[in-house]
Amino acid sequence: MLTAAYAVLFYAASLLLAGGLAYKVWQYAKTPALLKIPTTPAPLTLPGVALRMGRELALFESLFRSNKWTWLFGWMFHFALLLVLLRHLRYFTEPPWTWVVLLQPFGLYGSFAMLAGLLGLWLRRVAVERIRYITGPSDHVMLLLLCGIAVSGFAMRYVDRVDIVALKAFVLGLMYFDWQPLPADPILLVHLGLVAALMAVFPFSKLLHAPGIFFSPTRNQADNAREKRHLAPWAAKFESTGK
Amino acid sequence: MADYDLPELKEYTEPPRLAEGAMGHLSTYPAAPAHQEALGFPGELVEGWHDKAIEKFDELLGQSRSLRVYLDACVRCGACTDKCHYFLGTGDPKNMPVARQDLMRKVYRRHFTLAGKWLPWLVGAADLTEEVLDDWYNYFHQCSQCRRCSVYCPYGIDTAEISMAAREIMDHIGKGQKYCNEIIAKVHDIGNNLGLKEPALANTLEGLEEDIEEETGVKVRLPLDEKGAEVMLVAPSADFFAEPHVDGLIGYAKVFHQAGVSWTISSYASEAANFAMFIGSYEQMHEVAQRIRKAALDLGVRRIVVGECGHAWRVAYSFWNTLAGPFDFLDPDYPVPQHVCEFTYEQIQKGALKLDKSANDHMTLTFHDSCNVARASRMGDRPGGQFEIPRAILKACCNNFVDMPADTIRDATFCCGGGGGLLTDELLELRVKGAQPRMQALKQVADEHGVTHMASICAICKSQFTKVVPDYGFDMDSIVSLHQLVSNAIVLDGQADAAAGPEEETEETAAAGQAGP
Repeated sequence: MLTAAYAVLFYAASLLLAGGLAYKVWQYAKTPALLKIPTTPAPLTLPGVALRMGRELALFESLFRSNKWTWLFGWMFHFALLLVLLRHLRYFTEPPWTWVVLLQPFGLYGSFAMLAGLLGLWLRRVAVERIRYITGPSDHVMLLLLCGIAVSGFAMRYVDRVDIVALKAFVLGLMYFDWQPLPADPILLVHLGLVAALMAVFPFSKLLHAPGIFFSPTRNQADNAREKRHLAPWAAKFESTGK
Repeated sequence: MADYDLPELKEYTEPPRLAEGAMGHLSTYPAAPAHQEALGFPGELVEGWHDKAIEKFDELLGQSRSLRVYLDACVRCGACTDKCHYFLGTGDPKNMPVARQDLMRKVYRRHFTLAGKWLPWLVGAADLTEEVLDDWYNYFHQCSQCRRCSVYCPYGIDTAEISMAAREIMDHIGKGQKYCNEIIAKVHDIGNNLGLKEPALANTLEGLEEDIEEETGVKVRLPLDEKGAEVMLVAPSADFFAEPHVDGLIGYAKVFHQAGVSWTISSYASEAANFAMFIGSYEQMHEVAQRIRKAALDLGVRRIVVGECGHAWRVAYSFWNTLAGPFDFLDPDYPVPQHVCEFTYEQIQKGALKLDKSANDHMTLTFHDSCNVARASRMGDRPGGQFEIPRAILKACCNNFVDMPADTIRDATFCCGGGGGLLTDELLELRVKGAQPRMQALKQVADEHGVTHMASICAICKSQFTKVVPDYGFDMDSIVSLHQLVSNAIVLDGQADAAAGPEEETEETAAAGQAGP
């Protein structure tokens, strides 16, 4: 019963995540960018744009220019989360890939950094007047969700160790449609429930900043307006007035 | 005079305490029915405006990727909260870029997202009530679309895109702004923002030719509608009469003269400005830009050069190719369009201009990067040329140049406070307060390095600054055109020896000191 419930939960969450994201990406892609609006100075070529985008993704360059504290906490959280996610790949592969095995001890530190980053960001939401003003209930809920995932993760390691062999069998069973029993550990159930919730709300929340940045015209356009004529299909209907 | 307090100039930029509703009272004049209808917008707030607004909103979401992505992507990280000059000058939290965007985003959520439809209280979704519409009108006319926020946003969210879309929606339900819409109609009708007709324009240019001859003894032409000229100059119409703009125009004329390039102004396309950008209307912007194409074809010119104007250069540089291109009938050896600074810089590089820097020795200069030039365009063939080229010209014309603090120049530059269709008297309080960050930087270099003058390459910046700097204790003459400095320094062939020294701003001294042989 529990196994079935969580299996269905994860299938549903995965479908929402993948389907929702695919829909948003399709929507962004089909919406025309009518004019050239890169924030300048901008790269003149596509490789240059890729480099600019790479710096945004890897270093949070613009945020670094803006505010060092937000940058520190934000960067720390995101890259720790990445590390933690990669560490969890061991539950999805049998045998785990070598680099995932090598990553394990770092992933553990990662989870501390992740929680520290989240708490730092949360503190700013409460303590800085400007940021308190723009913070809404959903911002707190999102932080609560992420912190809940991190804390329940810790708890399974340091408080109440979970049978990870059985857990892995459950996860692999989900992947190959050969359901295996889920260990009925309350902390694990909380952890998994929160993860499923995060997956499900992804395409309906501000987490859309992840696909969004790739479609941001101020960042993904090359500065070549004079050299290369940019004409979106939508705008072509105005092309009647010729010479 | 003013019934508001001047913001204080401090040692460095520091975000103010929030003052909720501080600017809620300030509302720009609405467009009269005639101004609305001239642009094809309804004359006044239409019946069923709410549904029509949502319908237009939906339409824009389908045709503007920036709007769609930017309404989704914001995480309210706060990176932009202390970046807007209007927030820094007023403390009104709705002038923080994210909060300004959220005025529109909350309606977007309510009508176009599942979360906003089901759980409006959780995600901050709200209906477009009359109160919200009033907030739109007030606060989207307190954004000068300067893009400073987009520099610092980790996703590049540009509030200009949001405020343009909001103004477009408001125009379509009959809630347009007088200042912009009246001016755009004038351009369609006459060809420039001022409604200056051909005879008046011819008269003005003739007068300027006489002034130059009187001052230098050299006959420098300012041709109008001359077919077959090499270059068509498209300048902001303020250059024809306003101070210090007109001194810049004289500068362009002298440069063309010395370069030996034939040129002309068009009376049909006698305006570089394109205020349709401010109201976010692609259709209007297209119609205004088409005048440039037609004029260039009619006059048979080979090149187009654009005068000193910030948003105009954005439209020309970034949008003309889309709106009025392809320019395959122009000389492919030159960029289309070319900024007058690019033209002058090239002449300096070639050694075609004789420049006497000492003519500007009575000033210590700094340079104000205009927002649209800095963050929405380029000059030359390298990124950042828009910063280097004007400074290179300045340094070639002056001995004393000092930059303002690094976090207030180049792509971090502060808007003058009057851009984006806000250069209108009823918004003076906003303009004065919004100028505070720039004034603070200017005061710093004035105090520490004895800066006396600030050069600019934008008609709006020049008009705005000459109006507001006196409030901050500067002389209105301390604002100069970049090409005014070129004009002072340039020694024309056959000009009486310039050793007489720099002329002061007054016409009499200049004429007396430099009369021809």
